[in-house]
Amino acid sequence: IMCASTKYNTRGPALIPRMKTKHRIYYITLFSIVLLGLIATGMFQFWPHSIESSSDWTVEKRSIHDVPVVKLPADSPIPERGDLSCRMHTCFDVYRCGFNPKNKIKVYIYSLKKYVDEFGAAVSNTISREYNELLTAISDSEFYTDDVNRACLFVPSIDVLNQNVLRIKETAQALAQLSRWDRGTNHLLFNMLPGGPPDYNTALDVPRDRALLAGGGFSTWTYRQGYDVSIPVYSPLSAEVDLPERGPGPRRYFILSSQMALHPEYQSELEALQAENGESVLILDKCTNLSDGVPAVRKRCYKNQVFDYPQVLQESTFCVVLRGARLGQAVLSDVLQAGCVPVIIADSYILPFSEVLDWKRASVVIPEEKMPEMYSILQSIPQRQIEEMQRQARWFWEAYFRSMKAIALATLQIINDRIYPYAAISYEEWNDPPAVKWSSVSNPLFLPLIPPQSQGFTAVVLTYDRVESLFRVITEVSKVPSLSKLLVVWNNQNKNPPEDSLWPKIRVPLKVVRTAENKLSNRFFPYDEIETEAVLAIDDDIIMLTSDELQFGYEVWREFPDRLVGYPGRLHLWDHEMNKWKYESEWTNEVSMVLTGAAFYHKYFNYLYTYKMPGDIKNWVDAHMNCEDIAMNFLVANVTGKSVIKVTPRKKFKCPECTAIDGLSLDQTHMVERSECINKFASVFGTMPLKVVEHRADPVLYKDDFPEKLKSFPNIGSL
Amino acid sequence: MQTRKKYIFLTFLASWLLLFFFGGDQLRRFAFFSGRKAEARRNWPRWTDRSLLKNFADPEELQRDGIPSPLSPQERRAAWLSVYKSSRCRMESCFDFSRCERNGFKVFTYPRQRDQPISESYSKILASIERSRYYTPKAEEACLFILGIDTLDRDHLSAQYVRDVDEKIRGFPLWNGGRNHLIFNLYSGTWPNYTGDLGFDIGQAILAKASFDTESFRPGFDVSIPLFSKDHPQRGGERGWLSQDSVPPRKKYLLVFKGKRYLTGIGSGTRNALHHIHNGKDIISLTTCKHGKDWEKHKDTRCDRDNVDYEKFDYQELLHNSTFCIVPRGRRLGSFRFLEALQAACIPVLLSDGWELPFAEAIDWSKAAVVGSERLLLQIPSAVRCIHPERVLAFQQQTQFLWDAYFSSVDKIVHTTLEIIKDRLSPHRSRSRFLWNTLPGGLLVLPDFSTHPGDFPFYYLQHGSSPSEKFTAFIRVVSQVGSLSQPILRLIQAVSGSQYCAQILVLWSCEKPPPPSGKWPQTTVPLTIIQGRRKLSDRFFPYTAIQTDAVLSLDEHTSLSTSEVDFAFMVWRSFPERIVGFPALSHFWDPEQGRWGYTSKWTNELSIVLTAAAFYHRYYHSLFTEYLPAGLRELVDRLAACEDILMNVLVAAVTKLPPIKVAQRKQHKDTVPQQVKGTAGAAGGRRFSQRQDCLNQLGDWFGYMPLVSSQLRLDPVLFKDQVSVLRKKYPRLER
Repeated sequence: IMCASTKYNTRGPALIPRMKTKHRIYYITLFSIVLLGLIATGMFQFWPHSIESSSDWTVEKRSIHDVPVVKLPADSPIPERGDLSCRMHTCFDVYRCGFNPKNKIKVYIYSLKKYVDEFGAAVSNTISREYNELLTAISDSEFYTDDVNRACLFVPSIDVLNQNVLRIKETAQALAQLSRWDRGTNHLLFNMLPGGPPDYNTALDVPRDRALLAGGGFSTWTYRQGYDVSIPVYSPLSAEVDLPERGPGPRRYFILSSQMALHPEYQSELEALQAENGESVLILDKCTNLSDGVPAVRKRCYKNQVFDYPQVLQESTFCVVLRGARLGQAVLSDVLQAGCVPVIIADSYILPFSEVLDWKRASVVIPEEKMPEMYSILQSIPQRQIEEMQRQARWFWEAYFRSMKAIALATLQIINDRIYPYAAISYEEWNDPPAVKWSSVSNPLFLPLIPPQSQGFTAVVLTYDRVESLFRVITEVSKVPSLSKLLVVWNNQNKNPPEDSLWPKIRVPLKVVRTAENKLSNRFFPYDEIETEAVLAIDDDIIMLTSDELQFGYEVWREFPDRLVGYPGRLHLWDHEMNKWKYESEWTNEVSMVLTGAAFYHKYFNYLYTYKMPGDIKNWVDAHMNCEDIAMNFLVANVTGKSVIKVTPRKKFKCPECTAIDGLSLDQTHMVERSECINKFASVFGTMPLKVVEHRADPVLYKDDFPEKLKSFPNIGSL
Repeated sequence: MQTRKKYIFLTFLASWLLLFFFGGDQLRRFAFFSGRKAEARRNWPRWTDRSLLKNFADPEELQRDGIPSPLSPQERRAAWLSVYKSSRCRMESCFDFSRCERNGFKVFTYPRQRDQPISESYSKILASIERSRYYTPKAEEACLFILGIDTLDRDHLSAQYVRDVDEKIRGFPLWNGGRNHLIFNLYSGTWPNYTGDLGFDIGQAILAKASFDTESFRPGFDVSIPLFSKDHPQRGGERGWLSQDSVPPRKKYLLVFKGKRYLTGIGSGTRNALHHIHNGKDIISLTTCKHGKDWEKHKDTRCDRDNVDYEKFDYQELLHNSTFCIVPRGRRLGSFRFLEALQAACIPVLLSDGWELPFAEAIDWSKAAVVGSERLLLQIPSAVRCIHPERVLAFQQQTQFLWDAYFSSVDKIVHTTLEIIKDRLSPHRSRSRFLWNTLPGGLLVLPDFSTHPGDFPFYYLQHGSSPSEKFTAFIRVVSQVGSLSQPILRLIQAVSGSQYCAQILVLWSCEKPPPPSGKWPQTTVPLTIIQGRRKLSDRFFPYTAIQTDAVLSLDEHTSLSTSEVDFAFMVWRSFPERIVGFPALSHFWDPEQGRWGYTSKWTNELSIVLTAAAFYHRYYHSLFTEYLPAGLRELVDRLAACEDILMNVLVAAVTKLPPIKVAQRKQHKDTVPQQVKGTAGAAGGRRFSQRQDCLNQLGDWFGYMPLVSSQLRLDPVLFKDQVSVLRKKYPRLER
């Protein structure tokens, strides 16, 4: 209905009608006119006096000083204080968001106004650079709508990022008079510096009723889990300083503290740590004797040594992030940017975006009371893990800290995920750095299940016209006890399959599927007729496999249902002379592929082959009429990260390589083609997913001195 | 005629195209896209003077962060203790960490009161704790306390309601205002509002409660547990129902519900609307108002018709045959239905606003359930229809994983609760969300071993890493001979000859001291001797000397060749989570005797690979020693030849997969070393019966038989093929 095509096409591949010749001229004319038109448009686009480019139509060009002024009467209403019991289901109006096919919330931004009190004095700075960036980012994003009636979330343009630069009561009044305020329902406020002296509350003190708060520096007592969003305190140094990512590994210092004006108690704890562990701990503070013109924020000092900040952070493995007057600290952003692992010492602090980010992978949280043990705690972390944390820290900064845009979009995405939970971004997407996303595999069949034997398997025989051999294969395969159905894919459009009466009589249902085109990919189509998980792909000339061998293959597949389990094995090799991959079918000690001329696999891989094959591989295979098996091997290895299982000893197979009796040349072209396939696929996949192994599966008692009649699979390995 | 028409059409088309392309923007806007696009979207303005805007905070002020507060950090923390109490409890303010520092995480259960009956469920909970490795009978070394009073059912209309709890607990000298106490509860409140009220003051105790609502839940302090019935098994537990992964899900129904309809009172809002989504085809939503004593009094016009439909479908049948199951709130937020659906791999569609989902601190429910909103019931059908089949498959598998890892028995529910609390005590040594939500699950991952996924045998693929390229050979010597026998010298030679061997460790478990270092053979790899404590479970102790991921466990009498070792190690690298080895046994159920048996005879199947010659991941040493309760290790020490069965059972319980047997040379046939020929028969017999005994006791302890059988053996690719020996990498295996 409203969702994008989620149903797979269950009918076979369709035939594209050939064009009739008399229509051809007509189409060519039409085509040339369209082409002409396109050229004309192109010229038009680059014409010097063309109208303003499209993005300019929509953007107003105004000065901040021109924004309308709104005078707030002294007695205008003040919202209630924030309601600590608010949750999405109690304070948020989901009906405003509705069901929509894109699963995206619509966000409206109020237009900018300058608020003044009765005497004309400004309530706050109209807007800060950061808040302007944030609103620009929202406005440019997919979430934005300019239609207040269609909006699900409202973002006031009243800047409350820093509580210290605004007048609390008047700001609250300004909020209350927003056109859709309605007790703050579905309104989102961004605040990074909450509270004021001396207590520094951990959430914005401006009364805001039911409004959601994206706040930096929540404590566990003020954070409404599942309602508020914890955000970072943005560090303007992110934009100012370009710190290139430093490779993970040991750094000059082990622990570094770079915060200024720490509480003396923390200071003395750190100094005790330094006294105990010497050089590896560096405690920096504000520089006292800097020459004029040098910004104090960019320097740190230890005794007489002067260090550049934030560059110095890159010199340390761990960087301490202690709470100050507030819980949220801008230094966290600097530390992450430097790829230094933050050691967070701030009891009760809700870490930024903790709803979705797994901070255990990027930081070490140490309770304040355990500060004296910090050194030993950090030393117990293995180097491998530290390196991963360093990478992870940098990734968090790049994805969620580096700009106001990143902060804004992550916040909106979190709220979006709560409203459309079934379309939410997964843990892996939030947390895995691109390198991990690239190198790791998530097996779609991850549950360790051994499918019940009773299910059996469906044999799928791809055939063109070798009826006699096909019938022999059918007769042979039908002897396998676990066969539950036989499916013949008739790939010949010019010839009808034999009449029903001519087919061998077998004990299981036999179905013939006629295809619309002679394509190799028809073999891997997820036909509805395949009702079992296990599929045996078998060529119409594989008659040499015994019933025991096939049954054993099925049993092996049951133990490895997420792998290709096949009979003839092949290998890929790196050709050092040619600097490319080479296909190998000789008697090798290793295998990395099995031929799908006779192989068991899970039906799921038929879906993947038909609908999820990367790049143009599927069409390429169909066009070249070769290498569908190599493509399947690549696909399965890539998605599971696992090797194939070759079963039973080597046999003389009637396979493309073996039938090359016509001479060496044919054999060689075949090998060259197959090698080309491997190289082509490796470049499309962007990696070589195939795994090389040295083992094959045999029955437990294979070739053991033991009466053959007592073995489950005696008839194995005969040539 | 036809051609002219064609030309007219063509000219028209051409001129239209020309007009369209050259007509300019104005024309385009008005003539064609007069709708939405022409009216420019009013974006946030690009202010001309935006570069002059001030920062939101002065950079230096931002770095200094405010005026230091008059309270010192210590004073502030002390102040929390008095401010953040009862409903605002957090670990920082209501939990005494110092109690857990001396003896680690130890749990004490109050002695049960004679006069006080305890419900079946609560006695299972107490039994679970007493079976756990954290249990201590001494109150003084405890970190966490559990009441002996049954607090599960706090509905004062219920028969199991315990009266005067307040008075009783105030009498406990250990109560201490509830500090470091954990209280379990399944039902709270009563008709009509079913509030979270427990009817006594829990003070500063942690509450592990079913049907927790997010408002009264104290985040990071309380634990939300699932509602389970009194028939929930103590241990082991049934397996999930998913036996095959089919795409698209081959189920008869898409979405089902069958249950009570409330006409009035709390929860009726949702339950009364469920019948609206019933379509009789793939969405079955059946409700009945026939429940309670006086249902006919409140009866409405739908009731009779509903009741007719209601009887037509069987709940179990629906559960088995549906992809999604609606799990709406009842009177309370949680229901039995939740665990039932989870076990049935029927993806729960939750309609229970404000429910703090079970173990949500650890479990990522977005991977296993659809969290719907009660207010948007009518969107549910289209929402679930839009979920892609691949995601459905992932959901289904995740339900099974979670069911099996955390919910299938009372033991698992209780142990998960304890582990979640334990993780809070030292945040730097706790499981990440990844570890909780990936097979085999948090209970089987010991943060004291490591918190890094790359150190465990389970995550190499997801983590994008691979096991180390070397192994540690670990030889156990028990024979009473003071000198080194021939077999062990040969074994050391063979093993050290492997290019993958990093070190050899000898566990010397004899009365006599080991021979001086000069007597040991010269090897290319370091050889270390560890003095054992002469216990059988010693061989699986996590010795710090083991530095590689792979351990090759060996007995002194084992005879192996270098190429056997090499090949087995290569196989292990493909299956690092399993035991990969040579001699194997298989277990079976003996229906006549009603017990488990095993056989070492030649069989077509295997389920145990003896650790006399096997590779496995070193993490299993930690799991063996730290995860299993001391009682099991004592059992192993008592019985001969039980330790390797326990290791196999443990690994199978973790992986749900069989071990792997690899090719071996002929002479391996008899696995039992013939040390003393004369008594071999009798000793062998005793050994056999002890092993059998062991197998049955382990099955009993685990609550099921974790061992899984395999029908295959892995051989080198060219094993016994008719190829020249020169071509083969492992020719010596074929002798």
